[in-house]
Amino acid sequence: MPAKGWIQVNDLYCKGCELCVAACPPKVLALNMERLTPKGYHPVHIVKDGCTGCAICALVCPDAAITVYREVTKAAVPVAAGG
Amino acid sequence: MATLMVPENLVYERPRSFTDAPTHYCPGCTHGVAHRLIAEVLDEMGLAERTIGVAPVGCAVFAYNYFDTDFVEAAHGRAPAMATGIKRVLPDSIVFTYQGDGDLASIGMGEIVHAAARGENITVFFINNANYGMTGGQMAPTTLPGMKTTSSPDGRDVETQGYPIRMAEMLATLDGAAYVVRRSLHDPANIRKAKKAIRIAFEVQDRKLGFSMVELLSTCPSNWNLSPVESLKWLEEHMIPFFPLGDYKVAPAVAELKI
Repeated sequence: MPAKGWIQVNDLYCKGCELCVAACPPKVLALNMERLTPKGYHPVHIVKDGCTGCAICALVCPDAAITVYREVTKAAVPVAAGG
Repeated sequence: MATLMVPENLVYERPRSFTDAPTHYCPGCTHGVAHRLIAEVLDEMGLAERTIGVAPVGCAVFAYNYFDTDFVEAAHGRAPAMATGIKRVLPDSIVFTYQGDGDLASIGMGEIVHAAARGENITVFFINNANYGMTGGQMAPTTLPGMKTTSSPDGRDVETQGYPIRMAEMLATLDGAAYVVRRSLHDPANIRKAKKAIRIAFEVQDRKLGFSMVELLSTCPSNWNLSPVESLKWLEEHMIPFFPLGDYKVAPAVAELKI
């Protein structure tokens, strides 16, 4: 079973550029058209199950707006983003 | 999902070497990626406390607002000269400049060439996006042949406007340069390679091995009139063939580094 992940997007930084939407390997991200950030952008959010916490979204994010979590399983070792 | 968001599950968070300020860059501009990679490397190496950045004139003019390190603002193009002075007075500090193509390859061409020729122990990050971003997308020394900009509306004509300058290749010919490479920020794999190069560049300076420069191919969605995602594709298809990625100068002492 793939690892289970989750992201938190900071509205202060997200500019809705969609680079993470395009880069996300499981394609679970989209802009939230029902919300606006203080700067007036639609922020990104997770729209379906399947996030693995791979942190590719955070790697391509120009605004360091994304915090990534991944459920720690028994054998898991901490994964550092960015290599 | 709230149970997932606990510290032991953390994979990635905003670098500590960043301030809380949101950047002024356009959405999708990879200047932000370059900033983030530098901040991540400063975090990893624990250098932020003794780092002094030198901001340019250009899109990155407000870089001092975003890094939680000491910072100074240089006159247009003079960042390498200012960094030289700081580094010579404070030899144990880590001094880096962050310059765009207008700042480094145009008005600041003299400063960068001589800083590299003298082998100043500083690190230079050169953001190449093939145009002058801040002033509205005019032609830069790095604008590709035939590329349309606001000051070359019919495309750059090399007969009258000359050829683009490949900075990494040029500086690599100087004996003073220890580490000169070109990387790109257009996809995750290349972003990782760019981060590795930034790490090596800082290691070169920390070990007093000489001048280091990392040229980063970057996008300018607003002035290229493309979406951020289309810009990445344009960079890959048009800029990389003209500005090949690679290591142009790796001094023997740098090649021996184990990082």
